[in-house]
Amino acid sequence: MTTETAHLVPYDEAVSRYDPVIGLETHVELGTVTKMFCGCRTTFGLAPNSAVCPVCLGLPGSLPVANRAAIEYTIRIGLALNCTIATWCRFARKNYFYPDMPKNFQISQYDEPLCTNGWMDVSVAGQTIRVDIERVHLEEDTGKSLHIGGVTGRIHGADYSLVDYNRAGIPLVEVVTKPVPGAGALAPVIARAYVTELRDLLRALCVSDVRMEEGSLRCDVNTSLTLRGATEWGTRTETKNVNSLRSVERAVRFEIERQAGVLDAGHKVVLETRHFHEDTGRTTSGRSKEEAQDYRYFPEPDLVPLAPPAAWVEEIRAGLPELPAARRARLQAEWGLPEGDMTSLRNAGALDLVEATVTAGASAPEASKWWLGDLARHANERGSELAELPITPDQVARVSALVRAGTLNDKLARQVLDGVLAGEGDPDAVVAARGLAIVSDDAVLAEAVDAAIAAKPDVAAKIRSGKEAAVGALIGDVMRATKGRADAGRARELILQRLS
Amino acid sequence: MAAEETELTRLTAAEIAAAVAAGEASAVEVTQAHLDRIVAVEPSVHAFLHVAGSSALAAAEAVDRRRAAGEPLGPLAGVPLALKDVLTTKDMPTTCGSKILAGWRPPYDATVTRRLRDAGVIILGKTNMDEFAMGSSTENSAFGPSANPWDLTRIPGGSSGGSSAAVAAFEAPLGIGTDTGGSIRQPAAVCGIVGMKPTYGGSSRYGLVAFASSLDTPGPLARTVLDAALLHEVMSGHDPCDATSVDAPVPPVVAAARQADVAGLRVGVVRELGGEGYQAGVQARFAEAVELLESLGAKVSEVSCPHFRYALPAYYLIAPSEASSNLARFDAMRYGLRVGDDGTRSADEVMSLTRAAGFGAEVKRRIMLGTYALSSGYYDAYYGKAQQVRTLISRDFDAAFEQVDVLVSPTTPTTAFPLGERVDDPMAMYLADLATIPSDLAGNAAISVPCGLAPEDGLPVGLQIMAPALADDRTYRVAAALEAALQLRWGAPLLAQATPLPAARPLPPDARGLGR
Repeated sequence: MTTETAHLVPYDEAVSRYDPVIGLETHVELGTVTKMFCGCRTTFGLAPNSAVCPVCLGLPGSLPVANRAAIEYTIRIGLALNCTIATWCRFARKNYFYPDMPKNFQISQYDEPLCTNGWMDVSVAGQTIRVDIERVHLEEDTGKSLHIGGVTGRIHGADYSLVDYNRAGIPLVEVVTKPVPGAGALAPVIARAYVTELRDLLRALCVSDVRMEEGSLRCDVNTSLTLRGATEWGTRTETKNVNSLRSVERAVRFEIERQAGVLDAGHKVVLETRHFHEDTGRTTSGRSKEEAQDYRYFPEPDLVPLAPPAAWVEEIRAGLPELPAARRARLQAEWGLPEGDMTSLRNAGALDLVEATVTAGASAPEASKWWLGDLARHANERGSELAELPITPDQVARVSALVRAGTLNDKLARQVLDGVLAGEGDPDAVVAARGLAIVSDDAVLAEAVDAAIAAKPDVAAKIRSGKEAAVGALIGDVMRATKGRADAGRARELILQRLS
Repeated sequence: MAAEETELTRLTAAEIAAAVAAGEASAVEVTQAHLDRIVAVEPSVHAFLHVAGSSALAAAEAVDRRRAAGEPLGPLAGVPLALKDVLTTKDMPTTCGSKILAGWRPPYDATVTRRLRDAGVIILGKTNMDEFAMGSSTENSAFGPSANPWDLTRIPGGSSGGSSAAVAAFEAPLGIGTDTGGSIRQPAAVCGIVGMKPTYGGSSRYGLVAFASSLDTPGPLARTVLDAALLHEVMSGHDPCDATSVDAPVPPVVAAARQADVAGLRVGVVRELGGEGYQAGVQARFAEAVELLESLGAKVSEVSCPHFRYALPAYYLIAPSEASSNLARFDAMRYGLRVGDDGTRSADEVMSLTRAAGFGAEVKRRIMLGTYALSSGYYDAYYGKAQQVRTLISRDFDAAFEQVDVLVSPTTPTTAFPLGERVDDPMAMYLADLATIPSDLAGNAAISVPCGLAPEDGLPVGLQIMAPALADDRTYRVAAALEAALQLRWGAPLLAQATPLPAARPLPPDARGLGR
């Protein structure tokens, strides 16, 4: 196929001649206790087909009953995205055959979504970009197919497939943006920033655990290119299987390079679904939208219309928490950190941790230094989230306090953090057990200083002759002798005293 | 012994319940008598797809034990019942008259099933029906048709024809049917019994295998109006498992059936449901019955419902549309029939082969009709337009019920037609539901009650009484009054005029699992 073999145009060149337009469809599994239309549990990772019942298995005769909490969560999302909440709307059936769909139709919403016409601001490279939200609607998730025996885990070439219906019927919210034009070269970054902001928003709303790796947040990215100066937008592709923030950016970037190649070669971009491949960073052609199925939507006759009373909506609005953007602005003002640090903290998922550490008595720069530095490295090595490290903000604040008090220097503080992470107890216990406190006792230091001077008479002579810079070598020896615990400043004073 | 059995099967449900409660007959005796009757007449009637002799007797023993222990019994405790095979049962197969559900044992009871069990009603077995309730004769059953006990060469009506035949053949005093376009009232009419379609949402659909979700309504079949009302009360009421279930008390149907009084009641004869296309004998009996109501003090007038003429076409767009979606789940992946799974075929191919082999012609016809009507580009012209017609029909009812308390019509245009006569003519078959469909589309209450035999063929004629949604009791009031007056005239229930069925006895239990 032409689209597969077309060459890629280098990114900068592509965006110099074409204007990208992006759009995002994000699916969020809601964190309700029970499923959308039955009482089954929604817990992730249960034994296959252990959280199922006649309703979510779509057995003949079973009927759905809508989950009130899921409706409330959806309204919460809609309100946080500045949407209008429908006063009356309906669920609809989306009909298509697939083995992981128990009824061979999905209960979704079609032309009457619960929330419409909202917006969300995202910050990219110091500027604020408003992304318009077209709709937020509620539907049920499908089961999960596992294809056995194929090379890629995909259905083609598989020997057989297994289906797990635990996921079938989990409430799923779809957030659809309007097309975002005018993004220019920033399109991939804006796409990523949007999904990041949405993820933070959903987390703050306590409606989902938003774990992309577990599939509770899934993203489809639409991309099209318009020749600069043209008035009509180009044909879009819809890239699926984009399952990390980084992939969102890479997928858009790749599609821009690919579509530019297709257009440069005089071909047309095909309206199609494409799959993103994490390993290669490329997209490949899926099914063509032209031959897409007719879903034969019609109002779901097994459910009554949804008519959330205005008073309920207002109650939900009043209960909304502080939203991430407002919170970041407040914290930045309170903490006095530069924009770059705030961005780093946010990307590392460390805002809550730093806030708690500051509450426990540390200064913001201290707290941010530890969480973004050593602790981030530890998390990285363990392949875990910062919040999953076995250390509390209180403990980090205590380490900071010990440094401030002069009991620890940074090097010792790192060892204390290691000890806490190794399960050796609170910072004070680690300091005591490992004997890590700074040695500023002159009697102990004097011994080490005298030994250092005696060991290097030539260096001592240089210092006596006025070359104070040479003192560093002797301080190094003192530090080595005390295993890093010496108070370096005091050691310097003592050396200079003796050699003056 | 034989005489006693016959006597027990001739009793009404109310009489059986009273006899059991008084200790004059045990529930086990009653149940055994009906099982014996089933063995005797099933070879000619074929009302049942599955007879659950041992579980029925076990349920009857439980009722007898409760009585012996002095526990209070419900109004229908110990009364046998024939359950349409479209409602799920944990201890029996549920086939919906289709091969595609071969071998499926539902893991759960329908709400109606559960309520019957809780009330001590004895479920004798599952009755024959047109496949997925699509039909008016039981000829669309994958397991062969049932016969009309009045004339074994004729249809028992459908789709609840197994239940209506069982009740008319004295195999059970009570039956459960489901009504989507007339599937309770039409079989009741042609079998000379009482059949009620409650207000939509008045009886739970949970566990009713869906044909058309916005229309399907389970309801009672019985030989007397009071029996139907007793069953109506036991099976109905709000069900939190059915979002479309009405959250309101069950209308006082039993009290209304006992009241049986039409004095001062305004009765409207629907002009559009009569005349051309209606059999002469049907029209004659209907007219006599209306006169009788007038003589009982009802104020009779003619009422026009101009949009009823569009009810049939609208129904044949809405019902197949919903069916095309509801029946999509029968795909061989999780339960029921699986064809062609030889390890070389894809899931899609197995789905296609299974559906091709598992569904009958009428089901396929309606799936295709519905798929077409919902298709992009056709939706507005077909499904959308049909929904508008539905609204207009509801408005016709609203306007009519401002003038009168109930509406009446013949239940069906003709008496029972011969088996085989319309199998190749779907349009002729569809016309059997001409008068019953409007109440399904509007969701209001409607009952069919026998009003005599057509002189030309000696077969039963049904009179339909329609009332506003949630005014189910009104239909019972009129039906009971008419029943009483007619029986006074006839000197006996209508069914007493039926030719006794050939009773083949004793018969060994056959391959369908008849007997105990």
